[in-house]
Amino acid sequence: MHPALSIVFFTTASGAGFALLLLLGLAVPLGLLPESSGFGFLALATAFVLTAAGLVSSAFHLGHPERAWRAFSQWRSSWLSREGVMSVVTLVPAAIFAIGWIFFGVTDGVIGLFGVLAAICAAVTIACTGMIYASLKPIHQWHNRWVVPNYFTLGLMAGFLLLDLLIRFWTVRPVWTPLLALLTVLAAWWTKEAYWRFIDTTSAPSTVAGATALGSRGRVRMLESPHTQDNYLLQEMGFRIARKHKTRLRLIARIAGFVLPALLSLIALLGSGMTAAIAAALAVLSAALGLVVERWLFFAEAKHTVTLYYGADAV
Amino acid sequence: MTDLPPSYPGQKKLGLVIDLDICVGCHACATACKEWNTGGHMAPLPDFNAYGDDAWGVWFNRIHSFEEGDGDGARTVHFPKSCLHCDEPACVTVCPTGASYKRAEDGIVLVNESLCIGCKLCSWACPYGAREFDADAGVMKKCTLCIDRIYNANLAPEERQPACVMVCPTKARFFGDLGDPNSAVSELVATRGGADLMPELGYRPVNKYLPPRRGRMRAEDRAPAPLTALVAEAQRESDAAHPLLRWVDRLLSR
Repeated sequence: MHPALSIVFFTTASGAGFALLLLLGLAVPLGLLPESSGFGFLALATAFVLTAAGLVSSAFHLGHPERAWRAFSQWRSSWLSREGVMSVVTLVPAAIFAIGWIFFGVTDGVIGLFGVLAAICAAVTIACTGMIYASLKPIHQWHNRWVVPNYFTLGLMAGFLLLDLLIRFWTVRPVWTPLLALLTVLAAWWTKEAYWRFIDTTSAPSTVAGATALGSRGRVRMLESPHTQDNYLLQEMGFRIARKHKTRLRLIARIAGFVLPALLSLIALLGSGMTAAIAAALAVLSAALGLVVERWLFFAEAKHTVTLYYGADAV
Repeated sequence: MTDLPPSYPGQKKLGLVIDLDICVGCHACATACKEWNTGGHMAPLPDFNAYGDDAWGVWFNRIHSFEEGDGDGARTVHFPKSCLHCDEPACVTVCPTGASYKRAEDGIVLVNESLCIGCKLCSWACPYGAREFDADAGVMKKCTLCIDRIYNANLAPEERQPACVMVCPTKARFFGDLGDPNSAVSELVATRGGADLMPELGYRPVNKYLPPRRGRMRAEDRAPAPLTALVAEAQRESDAAHPLLRWVDRLLSR
């Protein structure tokens, strides 16, 4: 599948933003984070900017961005529509929670409930993003049980790393944020490795024989393409450049996305003051690079059944 | 709504039956499709750089060619592919705007261009590659089963069928109601063992493909040994020769 940069950016940024909102909505009402309205402004603004930037970026790949509002209508059948609806629905309790926290300094009671509600909505939104891909049967690398857990753990990892950075402007030595950041990095790493193992060791049920209803005489292979030049199907669904660089890119995703953030979170956990803050900042930057590479691979490694009609034996 | 219309027994399911035994791969159906539809319901079907390098255009019908088997029993199969107007079209249900829909009255899958936001998700959801993006209009386009021909009262009754079916010089394409078990197309599918493409994905395509007939391998079908020897000899002799001489040599060796 063609890795459109707008979608790579959208899924990583909005995933991190919704996960950060999820963490704030749960942890702040429980009194686990600084209650100062300054921290509330910084943390919620970060979450809001990330989700909004992601959603705006996703609109850029549309043929008709001005009609994007129509995408809210088909939530009964479409995961993309559900994601659109949920991302807007999430903003309502999130806005009430933000106003209560930032302007009135209230984080418990009814405002706290809105925080929890925003957290639940954010979790559902992340699941919807994953389901957009997991619901597509023609793409074996997406239509599997690892995709939604991947979106969840990778989002949570980004959210915790961000939280652990932001909290350092208010707390000299936070304990549970770097610890949980470290744990979610390890959890995300594990689900990503499980996903890679799954797509490496399994293949789609579809073959070129099944795609053409041929094969009774023996092996089926393409003799001639329908056309001499590229077409939409090959550009969108037949993306292949990444595969020869797959191993190297996976290594980059592993090191930048998981190994370095885990080590840096460990430094942030054990260290204090400036050292720990720099470690937390570097962890965020490294994870951002790793996640973009990981998400790019998620598209580039996905093989669509339409390629069976253009010379692929299996997908 | 992109919900699918409720299904019931005996429902009308208009579609195509394509005979892979007969198709000669002449691309006439693809050309006729392009010609009709670039002025039809989903018009235009744009071409970019049509006469230069990197020509790029929207087609609803494309003719692939495959080889099946090896050695004497092998066969070349030409394989026209267009929208299969599935019973379970995920291209419709994934549509976030309601632009994609399946008609309750005849099962034809269409796109309402004025609702389409061009998110391309439907083309990802189609396993068969039936949908193509019009980069000029920014909307998705697809085969309409020539809805503007089959119900067109301005056409003579015998012309009320898809352009691809009308034009086929070998009569390898058939149009009809595959929901009616007694229709000519349904009987054809039953007698010839018409098959679904990628049935494992559960899209339940309406269009069916008739497999090439088994046929017996007759002695005269085999490449005669003297000819094979001649070709080998000619190649040996002309390896160093001028391409033109090599061609003349081969021509004279016949």
